[in-house]
Amino acid sequence: MTQKAFVRTEMLPEQDPPPTEAGIVGWIRENLFSGWLNTLLTLLAIGVIYYVLSGLLPWIFQSVWNAGSLDECREIMKATWGETHGHACWAVIKDRWLQLLYGFYPPYPVYPDANFGEAPVGHWLPAYFRPNLALVLLFAALAPVLFDRVPRKMLVFTAIYPFVMPWLMWGGSVWTPVGIAAGFAILFAVIRYGQVAMGFLLAVIVGVLAALLWWGLIMGYVTAGLDQIVPIAIPSVESREFGGFMLAILIGVVAIGLSLPIGIVLALGRRSDLLIIKSLSVGFIELIRGVPLITLLFVASVLLNYFMPPGTDFDIIMRVMIMVTVFASAYTAEVIRGGLAALPKGQYEGADSLGLDYWQAQRLIIMPQALKISIPGIVSTFIGVFKDTTLVSIIGLLDPIGLSQGIRANQEWNGIYWELFAFIALLFFVTCFGMSRYSMWLERKLQKGH
Amino acid sequence: MKKSVFLGALTVAGLTAGAAAAATLDDIKARGKLNCGVTTGLVGFAAPDANGEWQGFDVAVCRAVAAAVLEDKTAVEFVPTTGKTRFTALASGEVDMLARNTTWTLTRDVDLKNEFVGINYYDGQGFMIPKALGVTSAKELNGATVCIQTGTTTELNLADFFRANDMEYEPVPIETNAEAQQQYLAGACDVYTTDSSGLAATRATFENPSDHVILPEIISKEPLGPLVRHGDQAWGDIVRWTLNALISAEENGLTSANVEELAEKGTDKPEVNRILGVEGNLGEMLGLDDRWAVRAIAAGGNYGELFAKHIGEDTPVGLARGLNALWTDGGLMYAPPFR
Amino acid sequence: MTTHSDPPQESFRLSMLLYDTRYRSMTIQVVALIGFMLAAAWLINNTMQNLAALGKPVEFGFFTEPSSYDINQHILEYDSRDTHLRASFIGLLNTIIVAVLGCVTATIVGVLVGVLRLSKNWLVAKIMAVYVEMFRNVPVLLWIVLAMAILIESLPRPSAFRGDDPDATMKIFDSVALTNRGVYVPEPLLSNSLGNIHLFGQSSLRMDVSLDLLALVVVLGLSIFAARKVTARAERIQNATGERPTTWYINLGIILIPSAILLTALGLHLGYPELKGFNFGGGIHMRNSLIALWMALGLYTAAFVAEIVRAGILAVSHGQTEAAAALGLRPNRVMQLVVLPQALRVIVPPLISQYLNLTKNSSLAIAVGYMDITGTLGGITMNQTGRELECVLLLMLVYLTLSLIISSVMNWYNNRVKLVER
Repeated sequence: MTQKAFVRTEMLPEQDPPPTEAGIVGWIRENLFSGWLNTLLTLLAIGVIYYVLSGLLPWIFQSVWNAGSLDECREIMKATWGETHGHACWAVIKDRWLQLLYGFYPPYPVYPDANFGEAPVGHWLPAYFRPNLALVLLFAALAPVLFDRVPRKMLVFTAIYPFVMPWLMWGGSVWTPVGIAAGFAILFAVIRYGQVAMGFLLAVIVGVLAALLWWGLIMGYVTAGLDQIVPIAIPSVESREFGGFMLAILIGVVAIGLSLPIGIVLALGRRSDLLIIKSLSVGFIELIRGVPLITLLFVASVLLNYFMPPGTDFDIIMRVMIMVTVFASAYTAEVIRGGLAALPKGQYEGADSLGLDYWQAQRLIIMPQALKISIPGIVSTFIGVFKDTTLVSIIGLLDPIGLSQGIRANQEWNGIYWELFAFIALLFFVTCFGMSRYSMWLERKLQKGH
Repeated sequence: MKKSVFLGALTVAGLTAGAAAAATLDDIKARGKLNCGVTTGLVGFAAPDANGEWQGFDVAVCRAVAAAVLEDKTAVEFVPTTGKTRFTALASGEVDMLARNTTWTLTRDVDLKNEFVGINYYDGQGFMIPKALGVTSAKELNGATVCIQTGTTTELNLADFFRANDMEYEPVPIETNAEAQQQYLAGACDVYTTDSSGLAATRATFENPSDHVILPEIISKEPLGPLVRHGDQAWGDIVRWTLNALISAEENGLTSANVEELAEKGTDKPEVNRILGVEGNLGEMLGLDDRWAVRAIAAGGNYGELFAKHIGEDTPVGLARGLNALWTDGGLMYAPPFR
Repeated sequence: MTTHSDPPQESFRLSMLLYDTRYRSMTIQVVALIGFMLAAAWLINNTMQNLAALGKPVEFGFFTEPSSYDINQHILEYDSRDTHLRASFIGLLNTIIVAVLGCVTATIVGVLVGVLRLSKNWLVAKIMAVYVEMFRNVPVLLWIVLAMAILIESLPRPSAFRGDDPDATMKIFDSVALTNRGVYVPEPLLSNSLGNIHLFGQSSLRMDVSLDLLALVVVLGLSIFAARKVTARAERIQNATGERPTTWYINLGIILIPSAILLTALGLHLGYPELKGFNFGGGIHMRNSLIALWMALGLYTAAFVAEIVRAGILAVSHGQTEAAAALGLRPNRVMQLVVLPQALRVIVPPLISQYLNLTKNSSLAIAVGYMDITGTLGGITMNQTGRELECVLLLMLVYLTLSLIISSVMNWYNNRVKLVER
């Protein structure tokens, strides 16, 4: 019998999709014009984009970059475009950008009278070397925390950074930060080696007492002596001279850095079974989270000196840092509490079954995991705190917004507005956007890890 | 590592935390710097320039005091304060003196425990209004929208003025002068009210200053002057007499140009000699040296020079001396005798 | 006789406070409490010493003094002869006004943007993403200041409405005036008003409650109650017979008609704003400062709300929508019956904290001169009286109370929609 049925043995070649369904045209049809509602939305969106850009682009790009004052700017605009409206005067940024970035921080602290314009003779370091270096080192210190690929040994540098940064920014004798660090070394050594002899808890108590003794009584003499023998110091800078975007970053970094240990303690306190500890932690956290930052800044600007013993005088930037730290601690505590709560119960039970006590379990099992999953939350807390540092302009600190008021109070730039705010907004946007992207990337990575 | 961050910053705090003891003069000398509270920025009176140097009429008073006390007119830390923070900054010892066009009132002097040491500018609250509105008197402002700077005495004066004249108004409170200026120019308020010196300074920076008039009514007395804390009379005396020295210098023809030379040679006027420290021991009584007044005058000039340089008629601010002329010229500037 | 002897009593040693877990937690707590009390005592002692040195005892007597300043936006009567307490109260009401307006705007815009971000339309989704990123990554203070600047610079001044051929005209049948001093909208007026009840005598909290409003609320309440009855009846019929009687027009009538009759009886008409002297008179005046703050806070918070909504919708697993579709539900019913109720559980808790943030951020009102509680109690009052300690502490207390009220209300709601777990 012959086989009548026809069976195709090879596949037909695939046909190209119709041109309206493929390529750019297809994509546009699919994504922009599928149905009347979608088409309407698309047209509306194009209208909005055109409206915004047609106003914004000429303002940004048909602008004046070289002028000494707003009046000059206006004259140039009149000469070039015949009108002063709708054109930016970026000359103010060109004139004052260093101030907006660094405030009144001396560009060459060795030569207090030098301007940023020309480097003093014999000075080989670039202007604003110290704050710039502090920023670069900040990234180096954060790298091992933020990225897995960086070698673990870098963590040593992370531990050193909190002592290096204040020294770089404020200057003074190198022995002071070394002395402070030595206190921690004492604390650590006592716990490490005293543990066997005294037991953990007693070792901690003795260590803390020893460290306090060192800081309170001994350190002053030792550092003074070392200063006499090996005087290594860089010129000191008053915190009043801090300002601009640098101040915003500094307040943010200090507040978040300090809020981490406080936040961990508060979060543990809040999850604790001990009633008094728990109520104190809850009370503190809810009190701080229940009031706006501006009231805490009022406390910093008008009340904090009343709370201190008569005669103490913290300068305003210190007081603001203290209050912003208090503020950030409450939020960090909640983030870390979230991290602790997200850990599977098995981890706690596993630690218990190994016979670890509370602190060992926290140190070896719970905290490393809880902190790791808290990092995205901590980053967004940081973004929030960083944005909120603009509030310090309300109490008269010279952050970018505060400086912009000062600049506008100058004869030359009186009356300028949009350019300054656009520049400040751009600075914040770039920084915060970068950080939020990082935090999202990390979140995705953590999700995959589970 | 985490804890170390905390203590690291604590040290820094420790470094900068100083003691504000009773004797302000000793503190300043030990510190080597005078802490002077100024505004966050007001044209002609105090504003930082591109190099971060503070300039202005109030700033010059601080520099004169620094020159008298520390022999260095640049040894001043300028602390920008807002209307809200200025008195607490002074009370808490954060600043040694305020030169922040502050009105001398009984409450501020007595209840807020400040000590006003003199008056460096006699001012009064006025109104500025666009010429196009055709208003010629403040009595015609019924129903107007008025921009005011908050945190000053002006809002109280304004409420009193409109109440006394039985008129309605709409207050628009604003934090800074720059903001107020923007709102006024955009027409968000009809009238801008503040000290008339501030009005003149603000008007000077407009594109078309002649389109705006300052109404003739002055609705309050605003004696502006530097102040110090209650409780340290000796320090108050130094600031008071430095200011008096500047005023006296103008009266006696001492200028920044000739004061050094005259101090070398001495003059035949006994009072001038006492100011210059050639005769008598006025400086010693204040706890300073003989040449204190010479340095104060040389720092920026006498009162007249400072006025002309920062806010006078040749500057963009363009204020006439008016009430602030010397008493010999029909004004109110009158320094007690140096004797 | 047998001698019963207790197991040897372990004598209490001091070291057991530290090493015995039975006592250790007690020790730690007592130490913490003592430490806390010492710290508090230290702070209070310092404050007392400092204030004594300054000669400023803590006292609240200044609250009964006349405030001597005017507040532009006051929904209750107020003038400069009223007390500082009254001024603070007016400020508190202003805070609440802007917070409520802001929260409503943030929710509406936020939900809209959040849904549109998931739109299939590429362009729309991208624009929404740009909006969210733009608002989230720039400080809210800048937005508030910018919003104010935009209002002031872009809208016409009242004088532009003057003359025969004005540069600007009123919008929507000559009823709304957009000026750079604020927006004037028509106000509802009653010709046969029932009058007011005066509450709290002459105290600082005194207020007039409009009887007309009260009557309207009562009538509306009754109508809604009746409408519910009708719906319940329809439900019963549906359960019994399987057919649901159409009720929407009955309900609409029950709700609208009594109120309409009441309003007509009271003689409702609109008062239009018109140019008088320097400004517009009549109508409701929403000041620039209010609008700027409201818009900036609303749009800023909306960006966060949008992200919350988006995350909430994405959190509903795809299986749920597919299962719903398999049951034959139409897409809008899927959204309404399956996705939203589940998404809401994810959305509500973070939404609460956004409302709290918005309320707290409203304290930035002083940047645009909106007289909220920070501007009155923490601003002019503090400034004029010099009582920083009293004012700031009271201010914090007020915000704390507001926050606690909001979070307890929202938590109550959250508990209602929460998934009931076994």
